[in-house]
Amino acid sequence: MATEPTRPRQQGRGAAQSRSEARDVAGSYLAHHRKVARESGRRLWQAPVASLMTWLVMGVAMAMPVALLLLLTSLEGVSAGWESSARITTYLTDNLSLEQAQALRLEVGSRGDVDDVELIDRDSALAEFRATSGLADALDYLDENPLPHTLLVTPPETGRTAAGVERLAAELEALPGVARVQVDLGWLQRLNVMTQLLARAVWVLALLLGCAVILVIGNTIRLAIENRRDEILVVKLVGGTDAFVRRPFLYTGVWFGLGGGLVAWFLLELSLWWLSGPIERLAALYHSNFALSGLPLDGALALLVFAMLLGWLGAWLAVKRHLDAIEPGVPAGS
Amino acid sequence: MIEFQQVTKRYGSDHTALKQVNFHLDRGELAFLTGHSGAGKSTLLKLIMLMERPSAGQVVVGGQVLNNMPRRQVPYIRRHIGVVFQNHQLLFDRTVFDNVALPLEVMGVPTRDIGRRVRAALDKVGLLSKEKMNPMQLSGGEQQRVGIARAVVNKPPLLLADEPTGNLDPELSADIMHLFEQFSQVGVTVLIASHDISLIHDMGRRTLTLEHGRLVNGGSALGGMAHGH
Repeated sequence: MATEPTRPRQQGRGAAQSRSEARDVAGSYLAHHRKVARESGRRLWQAPVASLMTWLVMGVAMAMPVALLLLLTSLEGVSAGWESSARITTYLTDNLSLEQAQALRLEVGSRGDVDDVELIDRDSALAEFRATSGLADALDYLDENPLPHTLLVTPPETGRTAAGVERLAAELEALPGVARVQVDLGWLQRLNVMTQLLARAVWVLALLLGCAVILVIGNTIRLAIENRRDEILVVKLVGGTDAFVRRPFLYTGVWFGLGGGLVAWFLLELSLWWLSGPIERLAALYHSNFALSGLPLDGALALLVFAMLLGWLGAWLAVKRHLDAIEPGVPAGS
Repeated sequence: MIEFQQVTKRYGSDHTALKQVNFHLDRGELAFLTGHSGAGKSTLLKLIMLMERPSAGQVVVGGQVLNNMPRRQVPYIRRHIGVVFQNHQLLFDRTVFDNVALPLEVMGVPTRDIGRRVRAALDKVGLLSKEKMNPMQLSGGEQQRVGIARAVVNKPPLLLADEPTGNLDPELSADIMHLFEQFSQVGVTVLIASHDISLIHDMGRRTLTLEHGRLVNGGSALGGMAHGH
């Protein structure tokens, strides 16, 4: 009871003390993390050849699926570009006059499943053909314009499915005055199916190589654990928690991941630089705007983070499996 | 501080390392644990340090029953127990300072306190001037003292030593024992496993004697060897 009056002050001091203690504990925890991260990085640096080998293996294993994914994205860009311009070319019969063609254009344009109709009359079609085909001299020998009037029909975006376009094409073909309808979607569909197939293959490959990366890291960490057996025993003896014992190895895994990610990034950029010239020439030959897309910065950062996660996961598996097995026993014989 | 109640430890079905061991050590008490090779000294220490669990009976350390202590609690119990080994278990990839600092790092002691406390422990064992050296550069006696500094740096209430003077000459051994006496004077319970009979005799302290796993001497006594059965 005699101490009653002094209690509030003590409590206040106690609270301040425990606050600063909590700060100290948090601070030393962070300091310890920094130290462990630095130490495990330094260890990798001290065995540069072995570390480089692991980084290269990881880099190659990760660069491959990422490169294929980039290729896939580029291909999808191609087909997306074509889908947006998917138009139905409707050739009208030769005997149709310009007025009749314009009337037909209005009729088709009023349909609900048509977004836009463009009429290319036979004269301007010939002029364009003359300009782009390089056959101007040959055309001069013709007595009359062989080209019909043409309607370019653009379906609305909702109708740009293979089935929708096909149905529209069939209906247009049935109209009087229409000679032939041409939809060049076949190759697009084939490309789409192929990209989908490729996408699956890439994901399977990515999954397998991701597992390989985890195993490589796991094995490397297992060796590191064996090398530091004494240290692990002593740390466990002086009361180190499992988390404390694991920490340096998890950081090692993360550093391996980071190094592997950087190698993968470097390999990707290198291959892209090497391939971009030939690809541009090839695309130009096909009149395509196809370009191999590189890894954007956020993609590269995602790659690094993902690589670090893989490294951490591999290390965690190795640590879980091998570290718990190292338990101290009194070494002195008696 | 330490209490063994009818503790039995069997390995497999045929080997019994400890048979119904009973004893009690008070706070600040210094006792020796002796016996021939294979008498169970190591097993007894392992039970206290939670490296082994008893097959029967109870081990109580610092008021806590260790029998069913969950695995994740084990590190926190070990932080209250300083251990000195015959082969000192120092790490040769770091300095004396870093070796002694290890138990403090494990406990998450702030960096600025670590320096002060490590130097205090090294000063206590007379090795303050060698903090930056690698333990490999030290003599056997010095290495053992580094081991002791590491065992006491976090001021544990209990200090165990397994053959701490096993590799040392008598003079150095006496120095080490003197250190242990000093710790017990400030309230640390010290249990030293040793077969150095002459040294134990010179110290004149309570001695627990194991023979084929049975405690044949010093179990119930609180005084000297004369109280044995």
